[in-house]
Amino acid sequence: MTKKMKLSQLSDMLQDLNVESLEGVTIEGDIELNITGGGGLNPALAYAIGSEISQISLHMANIGRILGFPAEQLFASAFGLGEMPQPQALPASPKIQELLASKFEVAKIDNWKNPIQEVTLGATSADGGSRKSTVTLGGENALPYYFDAEMPHRNYITMDVFDMPINMAKSVKGNYEDVINDPAEWAKKVVREFNADMVTIHLISTDPLINDTSAKEAAKVVEDVLQAVDVPIVIGGSGNPEKDPEVLEKAAEVAEGERVLLASASLNLDYERIAKAAINHGHVVLSWTQLEINAQKELNRKLMKQCNVPRDSIIMDPTTAALGYGLDYAYTNMERIRLAGLMGDDELTFPMSSGTTNAWGAREAWMVSSPLKQDSDWGPREYRGPIWEIVTGLALSLAGNDMFMMMHPTSVQVLKEITQTLYGSIEAEEIDITNWIGAEV
Amino acid sequence: MKINSPLEAYKFLPGTNCMECGEKTCMAFAAHLIDRSKKLTDCTPILDAKFKKKFTDLDQLLAPEIREIEIGAGEKVVKIGGDDVLYRHKLTFFNQTKFAYDVWDTMNEKDLVERVKYIQDFKKFYVGDFLTVDMVAIRSTSNDPKKFAAAVKKVVETTDLPIILCSFNAEVLKAGLEVSKGKNPLLYAANKDNWKEVAELALEYDVPVTLFAPNDLDLLKSMAKTFAEMGTEKLVLDPGTFPTGKQLKQTFNNFTKVRRAGIDGDREIAYPIMAVPFTAWMAHDDPVSASYWETVVASVFTIKYGDIMILHSTEPYAMLPELHIRDTIYTDPRKPVSVDPGMYKVGEPTADSPVLVTTNFALTYYTVESDISSNKIDCYLWAIDTDGIGVEAAVAGGQLTAAKIKKGIDGSGFDLKKDTSHNTIILPGLAARLQGDVEDETGANVMIGPADSGRIPGWMEKNWPPQKK
Ligand code: B12
Ligand code: SF4
Repeated sequence: MTKKMKLSQLSDMLQDLNVESLEGVTIEGDIELNITGGGGLNPALAYAIGSEISQISLHMANIGRILGFPAEQLFASAFGLGEMPQPQALPASPKIQELLASKFEVAKIDNWKNPIQEVTLGATSADGGSRKSTVTLGGENALPYYFDAEMPHRNYITMDVFDMPINMAKSVKGNYEDVINDPAEWAKKVVREFNADMVTIHLISTDPLINDTSAKEAAKVVEDVLQAVDVPIVIGGSGNPEKDPEVLEKAAEVAEGERVLLASASLNLDYERIAKAAINHGHVVLSWTQLEINAQKELNRKLMKQCNVPRDSIIMDPTTAALGYGLDYAYTNMERIRLAGLMGDDELTFPMSSGTTNAWGAREAWMVSSPLKQDSDWGPREYRGPIWEIVTGLALSLAGNDMFMMMHPTSVQVLKEITQTLYGSIEAEEIDITNWIGAEV
Repeated sequence: MKINSPLEAYKFLPGTNCMECGEKTCMAFAAHLIDRSKKLTDCTPILDAKFKKKFTDLDQLLAPEIREIEIGAGEKVVKIGGDDVLYRHKLTFFNQTKFAYDVWDTMNEKDLVERVKYIQDFKKFYVGDFLTVDMVAIRSTSNDPKKFAAAVKKVVETTDLPIILCSFNAEVLKAGLEVSKGKNPLLYAANKDNWKEVAELALEYDVPVTLFAPNDLDLLKSMAKTFAEMGTEKLVLDPGTFPTGKQLKQTFNNFTKVRRAGIDGDREIAYPIMAVPFTAWMAHDDPVSASYWETVVASVFTIKYGDIMILHSTEPYAMLPELHIRDTIYTDPRKPVSVDPGMYKVGEPTADSPVLVTTNFALTYYTVESDISSNKIDCYLWAIDTDGIGVEAAVAGGQLTAAKIKKGIDGSGFDLKKDTSHNTIILPGLAARLQGDVEDETGANVMIGPADSGRIPGWMEKNWPPQKK
């Protein structure tokens, strides 16, 4: 935290006290002190300020004395001038017979005052859609799962579906071979068998460098998926900045009233078109930036101020890097965004989404074995992949992420289990750990 | 740390600007004390007797909020605790969470030795170095002092890794201490029933000790206060790690509460915290589920304030993510993650050896370098100065361009035409789109390698040496 104070304010503060002792001090010009933790300070300037401040403090101390405070003692002990209590020789360890009483107390954080915006995805027939259920994200008043304030909504998982067969790690692919050519069946499978809360349909075949599928044809796939499942959906483009606005516009149109999440608006494409499509057809925009808190603020600001997207229709994706491949950036970026939001930065108070599937890019997740001979055996990759996706998502859940886009059924199941446990909704048999040391395992 | 500006530290320093500490001024040194990148003892003049008072006072002011505790002895000694902040971006977290994997005293000797060696030797290359695990925890499942002593003896004969002696029976702990003298093991644990005996052991043998008060923070604090009063502050706090359901949520609360109180200045509870993800094995029968859950619990408490933990699964699919999440959280966010740009020789390259281009992002450079060297490929490897950005992001962000590549190669005084027989550059697969530009810029032949450097060996077999055109 930076605290700012001008030296001249001191005299203002003292005006009412009718103090004369400051007369000897003149403050030439004015110095604004930026008192921050760490960082350097020009030594010459530091010396000058030091001298100025010391003089003032002497006078202030005089005032203190006039007002009846024993300032000398304070100075003496602060600078080690006066009598210091002698360090006592270590007493022979006292034989204590009873534990000393002590009560544990800790304060709640007092500067988390700003709640995160609530955003609802999906619309039921009552609201002009055809979803059976909706998903609400956000609303937090504290870091996730913290005791400072109840977390109003649990985390949600949306599972990836693609509009064409794509390259996947072997252990992921095994789960989808039967539906890989049919996005609607694929969507049904993730909801029915893998317990997905939502479905993301990625329209990657629209990329001009892939199949260049037309926006109109792609929109048909969206309709099929909306027919196939009754959970809220996310619609993703191909990532091509020229084509995406057109594809997402058309998709938004056919999904009118369903309150889908349009993925994504970003700074390197015509985000205004995507914002308009969302506003005109009642959807939510995913505001995607790449691991940079200021870019995230900028894009959110543009969406709100320039494009008039309502606050309840924005979710952020600050980018997910895999465990071992930049997760340190991604974790801290999210944690900083969430803390800034809670402390009052209105450009960052939105729920967050993570492309957790990125974890499969890590070689530890998909390679058969280590390419390095010096490494210890990496063990079977079937088990490495899912846990890589889980730990990547779990770390971000602790940084404040609300929604996860994921691929592997085991990862989905375990991440749900742990996030809902920390959220507080998992009942489990109580386990007595008092004698865990002796447990047979 | 009780002070937070260089000025506050400065007034305790000798003020002579003698530069013994390697800094130009005392003020600059003071700034390093505040960001903890230098130690007070680096200022040799202040060690002089006449500055004794200033030294001790400043030393106390600089002491981290959470006490730092040493376990083990000799080269492998570990430190835990020592943190000053609740969020890593505010400074950095110090002293990585230490991972202890268990053995137990009813194991047969051969299995025990094998397991200890496996723990000791486990390693995974990452960014120029190996990630490894730290400790062995010896559990007394027999509750028999003799058996325990035998197991502890075997462990210390097998490894130098620091150890944790685990039993709630003071007799058993004493037997373990007798055979591990000089090893400075961590005692686990004092609880509400045995605390008097365990405290005496800790004092008598002068070793650190864990206080175990499952889900009872008042008791935990009482014990910590009592032990401090009795004469030891070498304490580790275990508020209990309950493995499932609402109990686990409560455990999470306890960890965040204890750490917040410590950082906020409650000295009575400002000690390192222990997590025991091992308890996942009490909730799951199937070993894969138990391993998975243990890894999940370990990850939660690596991120949220566990300083040391006891684990059971030694499956690579548990250990690898554990090591990586720890590295993620404890990477110093202030440190640049790049290598010096320039030409590196891998192995013993000749004029016929390939010339590979990569970036100076440490993760990228070391990944590529180790993929090549471990496969005994001799080559020239160029780390182009991309401001420490990886290949894909640097291509997208314009730090890896044909001009940069030309500049990098020329700058190192290497002449592709004279110094190689093939005048060929191999680009990373993810930089394929630079091919034409690089050809124009350098006049060399440009080949496109695989997208992942792990595949360079296979690619070389098929594509190297290049066909003469
Ligand atoms: C971490 C990250 C960042 C970090 C970078 C940190 C750093 N120091 O590099 C930051 C936050 C700074 C960042 C910024 C940007 N990023 Co970025 N980033 C990533 C991320 C998440 C991981 C990249 C990484 O570290 N990979 C690991 C390293 C080791 O990989 P690598 O360097 O490519 O090396 C491998 C291969 O290339 C190969 N290899 C390397 N050298 C050689 C040599 C030879 C001879 C051979 C054969 C092979 C080979 O082997 C290596 C090991 O596999 C990826 C997404 C992802 N999950 O992959 C996006 C990603 C790379 N970023 C992307 C983008 C667009 C950007 C930005 C332009 C965003 C923006 N608009 O601001 C900026 C550019 C910043 C800049 N250049 O100044 C895109 C690139 C898209 C594209 N293909 O064009 C990606 C793919 C994300 C995405 N899907 O959009 N990013
Ligand atoms: S060694 Fe000590 S006295 Fe000398 S410059 Fe450094 S801080 Fe100042």
